[in-house]
Amino acid sequence: MPRPVQYNIHNKPLEIPIAVGDAPDGYTGVGFFASKLSDVVGLARKNSIWPLPFATSCCGIEFMALMGSHYDLARFGSERVSFSPRQCDLLMVMGTIAKKMAPIVKQVYLQMAEPRWVLAMGACASSGGIFDTYSVLQGIDQVIPVDVYVPGCPPRPEAVLDGFMKIQELVGKEDLRRRDSDRYKDLMKSYGIQ
Amino acid sequence: MNMALTNEIIKTRLADKFGDELKGWEEPYGLLTFFSDKNLNLKVLQFLYDDPELKFRFMTDLCAVHYPLNAGAELAVVYHLHNLVDNIRIRYKIFTDINKPDVFSASALYSAANWMERETYDFYGVNFIGHPNLKRILNVDEMDYFPLRKEYPLEDQMRTDKDDEMFGRT
Repeated sequence: MPRPVQYNIHNKPLEIPIAVGDAPDGYTGVGFFASKLSDVVGLARKNSIWPLPFATSCCGIEFMALMGSHYDLARFGSERVSFSPRQCDLLMVMGTIAKKMAPIVKQVYLQMAEPRWVLAMGACASSGGIFDTYSVLQGIDQVIPVDVYVPGCPPRPEAVLDGFMKIQELVGKEDLRRRDSDRYKDLMKSYGIQ
Repeated sequence: MNMALTNEIIKTRLADKFGDELKGWEEPYGLLTFFSDKNLNLKVLQFLYDDPELKFRFMTDLCAVHYPLNAGAELAVVYHLHNLVDNIRIRYKIFTDINKPDVFSASALYSAANWMERETYDFYGVNFIGHPNLKRILNVDEMDYFPLRKEYPLEDQMRTDKDDEMFGRT
């Protein structure tokens, strides 16, 4: 006898409507909506981030789960995982980066076009993790600037989703002139990047 | 069909050829182990390779060990050889002074030795004479020491954010 399939028997009512995302401030009328260009650009950018997975170890396996149907990063506008840095907005470094690998990480970062963001996933990419040793880079922030660190060893896919949403927040709110500012240029210069 | 090759036969065969030059015979876990003067290494390896009875034609591993207290013979180079016909393995060691770590390269005899000697050079600084391309293989090219020698600490020394006291190593 087949087992009766039951799900959502305790239906939970929605607390807030989720059909529409946050709209930027502006004036709405019949058939028009006026807002700041920077807000619209931010909205467009943050909902179509193209990630570049730089996976070197077990965090990469966790990332595969994140891209799979269960956790589904595509829901956040990142269906398109690109393996060419030239087309990507977000560099996701996942796993131990040996010192010999460090110039390659930096090279990939340099090949990305501005604006670009970096997410360090897991203890190794963030700080070297358990590998406190002469051959391992003690955190990728020694060679490239990092926007969001996701702790864990490895982090669960939910944690990476949370980190990804933090990136979205940064992307959405970023000032269009930030990358021209002296502060940003100084940051790049501190990493030896023009 | 010959009688199967045993440790006793190998030992007798080697002793007939090299006499007292081979020393320190032991068989931990059944693995025949011996050592000799470092200048004899190619002669011994060539004999093990060529001898129609021994036929040790496969090099499983080549590595070094650092014994800092073993004055005058701090570095050991260890060869693991495998006779694939009779499926028997042996271990052959040589010892060298760390201040003059010159050892003849076995890369002409065993191709497998090429990269393994580079690795051994990379980590222990053993200078393999006659190696076609003796340079670092695993570590960064800029590295200026041999990291697996015991006098060097394991940890990355460039860190400023780790409090050694918290890690029990002050």
